[in-house]
Amino acid sequence: MAVDLSGLVYCDLSGASLLLSMEAAHGAALPILGAVPHVTALLARARASVTPAGPRAATRSASPNLVRAVGDAIAYLGEVVCAVLFLPARRRMLRWPDLLRFADQAGVRAIPLIILLGYLMGLILAFQSAVPMRRFGADLYVANLVAISLLRELGPLLAAVILAGRTGSAFAAEIGSMKVNQEVDALVTMSIDPVTMLVLPRLMAAILVMPALALILDVAGLLGMTTVMTGFGYPLITIARQVQAAATPLDLFGGLFKGMCFGSAVAVISCFAGLNTGVGPRAVGQAATAAVVGGIVATIFLDGLFSILFYRLGL
Amino acid sequence: MSAIRVSGVTQRFGARTIFRDVSFEVRDGEVFTILGGSGCGKSTMLNQLVGLLAPTTGTIEVLGHTITGKAGAEGRHAMQREVGVMFQSGALFGSMTLLENVMLPLEIFTDLPPDGRAAVARMKLGLVGLGHATALMPAEISGGMAKRAGIARAMALDPPLLFLDEPSAGLDPITSAELDRLILGLRDDLGTTFVVVTHELASILAIADRCVMLDRNAFPDAGGMIAQGDPRRLRDESTHPMVRAFFRREIPE
Repeated sequence: MAVDLSGLVYCDLSGASLLLSMEAAHGAALPILGAVPHVTALLARARASVTPAGPRAATRSASPNLVRAVGDAIAYLGEVVCAVLFLPARRRMLRWPDLLRFADQAGVRAIPLIILLGYLMGLILAFQSAVPMRRFGADLYVANLVAISLLRELGPLLAAVILAGRTGSAFAAEIGSMKVNQEVDALVTMSIDPVTMLVLPRLMAAILVMPALALILDVAGLLGMTTVMTGFGYPLITIARQVQAAATPLDLFGGLFKGMCFGSAVAVISCFAGLNTGVGPRAVGQAATAAVVGGIVATIFLDGLFSILFYRLGL
Repeated sequence: MSAIRVSGVTQRFGARTIFRDVSFEVRDGEVFTILGGSGCGKSTMLNQLVGLLAPTTGTIEVLGHTITGKAGAEGRHAMQREVGVMFQSGALFGSMTLLENVMLPLEIFTDLPPDGRAAVARMKLGLVGLGHATALMPAEISGGMAKRAGIARAMALDPPLLFLDEPSAGLDPITSAELDRLILGLRDDLGTTFVVVTHELASILAIADRCVMLDRNAFPDAGGMIAQGDPRRLRDESTHPMVRAFFRREIPE
């Protein structure tokens, strides 16, 4: 078999590579007949540039990756604990202006959203529960129901979900782009601990703002409930008495404590997602997604644990 | 006395061997360059030298600290306190001005008062020709300026050993020449040792006392070291085809 190119007057590099791939499919070099000089030269150049494919990238099975991810997570938790323990020696690496900036970003700027969502939650809860409760003539107790569920459960939970969505993603994206730009490497080579400088201020900010956010959400939710109850004709003093009788300070402080724990979980997980960012711009988006998903899952998981704990302790 | 001693270093990523069995020494107070074409492992080598990447096998000693092997973590921390590193992109902290970037190491590791820190940082930025840009944010400056600010930050604590990753790539010839003069000046005045990763021929011939050249086809299946020594002598005397191709643009047919 031979290739007759005598009728061919022009051939570009793509044409040459098609000819070569035909030759490769045949399995051996084919005699080329009647090619004009520029086509012969072009084929020679194309043939010289064909290199055997490099070694295939090692295919990794899923399980070692999972093992490594769990190992990384445990190592990271250890680093966070070390960073807290060694903070007195490394206090200069913690920049207070950063802490204030993160507290502002995670807390103060979230207040309008917290008020809006809290108010709507209280409104919806009260309205939805008022309909079945009224059938038993118990619609006055909507106040008790909403107060307890907000203070104990929904206030801290919803605030943590908002923190994960608003701030967790921002933490992960910010640290992730620092990772991509080699800023984290620069910190390491400057002998500055990235966990102390990047994670601790975010963690402290989240722990500081979460009780405040949960409290604001509680108050806004109670206002929403009050709006519905006054619409049903109950006077403010009656609603206030009901809330006072139903909810104890323990409910409130237990909720705020839960909020602090949720906040620290969200911050630690989103910083972990940021520090584990891979290479390239897509990795930053993936880190942000991992932060939000991880933060919300961890919050709900922790909430389950707290439910069991509080039940066992009789709180 | 050698500032860095690298012996028998191999780096593998999965099945791919980046380079194999690289050994060289960097003497105190010299400008040492790591040369080679794209993808030959220059930056990987630099990452190993500054303790960001542990080599698969081999030992590395920097300023008397062994940074590889079981006790490597301690050596790495001790070494990182004594060296300065400039990354290819500058790797400036985006939330701080150039002045704050340079002041950061001073703030953490020295007891200088704020005025003193600012004065030192301003002087370092002035040295790299950025005295006018101290209040700018990294997002507001060009790539070349970011590189120079990165050098100023690496010099903040006056380290005896500086690592520079592609300092003159992407710089105009005048700035690049000024940078070369700065490197030679610091070597002569302060005895600073430089390890420079680069493939800018003009800069190599101007500043390098000695060099090591890596090539990704040094072995049939892996990259490695193909030459070391005075770059001017390599240019004039080497018979290795890749060294000739690099210095004299003589591409083997």
